Amino acid sequence: MYTLPSKLKLFAIVLMVIGALGIVAGFLSTPSNTAEVKEMMASSHDDGHSVEATHNDDHDTVKVDHADGHGESVHDDEEAHLEHVLHQLQNRPWSSLYIACFLFFMISLGVLAFYAIQIASQAGWSPVLFRVMEGITSYLIPGGIIMLILLGLSAFNFNHLFVWADPEVIAHDKLLQGKSGWLNGWGVMIRAMIFLGGWIAYRQISLKYSRMQDDATDGKWFKKSFKISAGFLVFFIYTESVMSWDWLMSFDPHWFSTLYGWYVFAGMIVCGITTIALVTMVLKSQGYLEYVNDSHIHDLAKFMFGFSIFWTYLWFSQFMLIWYANIPEEVTYFVTRIEDFKLPFFGMVVMNFIFPILVLMNSDYKRVNWFVVLAGIVILLGHYVDLFVMVMPATVGTSWYFGIPELSSVLFFLGLFIYVVFTALTKAPLLAKGNPFIKESKNFHY
Amino acid sequence: MASKVIHALYTDDDILLQAVKRVREERYYIEEVFTPFPVHGLDKAMGLAETRIAITSFIYGLIGLTVSIVMMNYIMIEDWPQDIGGKPSFSYIENMPAFVPVMFELTVFFAAHLMVITFYMRSRLWPFKKAENPDVRTTDDHFLMVIDTGNNDVEKVSKFLTDTGAIEISLIDKQDDH
Repeated sequence: MYTLPSKLKLFAIVLMVIGALGIVAGFLSTPSNTAEVKEMMASSHDDGHSVEATHNDDHDTVKVDHADGHGESVHDDEEAHLEHVLHQLQNRPWSSLYIACFLFFMISLGVLAFYAIQIASQAGWSPVLFRVMEGITSYLIPGGIIMLILLGLSAFNFNHLFVWADPEVIAHDKLLQGKSGWLNGWGVMIRAMIFLGGWIAYRQISLKYSRMQDDATDGKWFKKSFKISAGFLVFFIYTESVMSWDWLMSFDPHWFSTLYGWYVFAGMIVCGITTIALVTMVLKSQGYLEYVNDSHIHDLAKFMFGFSIFWTYLWFSQFMLIWYANIPEEVTYFVTRIEDFKLPFFGMVVMNFIFPILVLMNSDYKRVNWFVVLAGIVILLGHYVDLFVMVMPATVGTSWYFGIPELSSVLFFLGLFIYVVFTALTKAPLLAKGNPFIKESKNFHY
Repeated sequence: MASKVIHALYTDDDILLQAVKRVREERYYIEEVFTPFPVHGLDKAMGLAETRIAITSFIYGLIGLTVSIVMMNYIMIEDWPQDIGGKPSFSYIENMPAFVPVMFELTVFFAAHLMVITFYMRSRLWPFKKAENPDVRTTDDHFLMVIDTGNNDVEKVSKFLTDTGAIEISLIDKQDDH
């Protein structure tokens, strides 16, 4: 049995406290009226803060921005412009919270999908890692509930993150009126509850079967687990796709991409596998998981490598078709990102593709733990930036910046994630000893 | 000096693998092992040097990437520039996204084909080459180990090989290389 080291517990709590303080500070430092925005912009002229870029913006191009819900009425008018920036700045702490919350939520969801794939494919190499995966998926419950709350706040237009949730905007927008049958507060919330309910139900049931199998004399529970995993995967790939439209793509409700669901899934699964590798190496360094050998790490690193390329393939496929076709309503999505988010937009391709491909290409390096850790951290950071570039252009626009609200949101959810996951790992033996493939997995070598 | 080799036949890959390990422990020299399918871990057991095919593959991939860049630059930018999709920039870097599929395909094409050709050359394989395996049964279900007797006592070696699970042992005068 694993016991949670008190240092790790303390570390997680410290992260949560620092993060929570930073989040509160982020909300408090948000301007509440246009006069304060004016002051902030005046003072930031000196230090070249990104707000300045907004100030100099041509207002005709800002017109398409959905962030403030007044897209129709923005004219070359000082007050309207200040109001626009005010809404962007007010969106910023909420967006930071949303991105960080989703990042850690999607890690646990990605691990859940990977776990289901392992069981449904009757993989022989991975059963020694099942308890690690089960530990990581425990974050699905708290993470999912926080996600649902944040989603509710946005979907019912409390924090103005979703432009489609603003009745004033819909009144002037034919396209949103047409989409309102699908994109409306209750629609999104009911779907989210069904999706989260299904994912968490699978997680709990498969966990129960896995524990029952430990002391079973035959493969009864494993067979049940196999069936439910296969069923879950069908449920998952549909719900994950719809979830990505509802929770992420709807930030830009005029724009749509048909491979968005796959694209989000690719990021999700690569983050999930990376986290499995990182948690495994942490536990191994503490002297647990004696059956996990170099070959298991090697296989995880191969998956990290492969899914990084898969992510890039989808990212590029989405980009190239839209870039080549150059249809105005589609291409604005990338024009905004390349003009206002150049560094994160291209930086994430380096972090999510070029770095992992070069570091993890050599077969021997995939067995060197610190190499895998290094690649893993860069991949996770890269996918944070990926989410940042998905959400921020629509909510914060040119007023984006990576500062206290963003950093503390990540720290808070990182602390919560570490606390929940490592506490869950103490609940059961770290070896799923009843799994019929456990011997094969123990003897696995490359 | 006409040295002699022993051909020892096995019928199971696990027994063969154990035999290879034991023969090497006894410091007999294994010239070659013929198997009907790749036996996992046999190369390590025989003490063969690590393959360098991966690094050649990487180099070939880079060559393919370079060829594709030079080729697309010549075809699409220098030799016959066209205005496709309203992008008449005639600059390689600005049109680069359209060339990425070509860059990817040629990287894979060069890496794969040149790697196979390298493998054939390194293994001395070419069309119409006479088969080298000494016993046709190694293409079906038998495994054959070739041991150089050197200065060892042939009787003793044969006895030892029978102990390792060989089903058939024959002493052959070594032929000259092809």
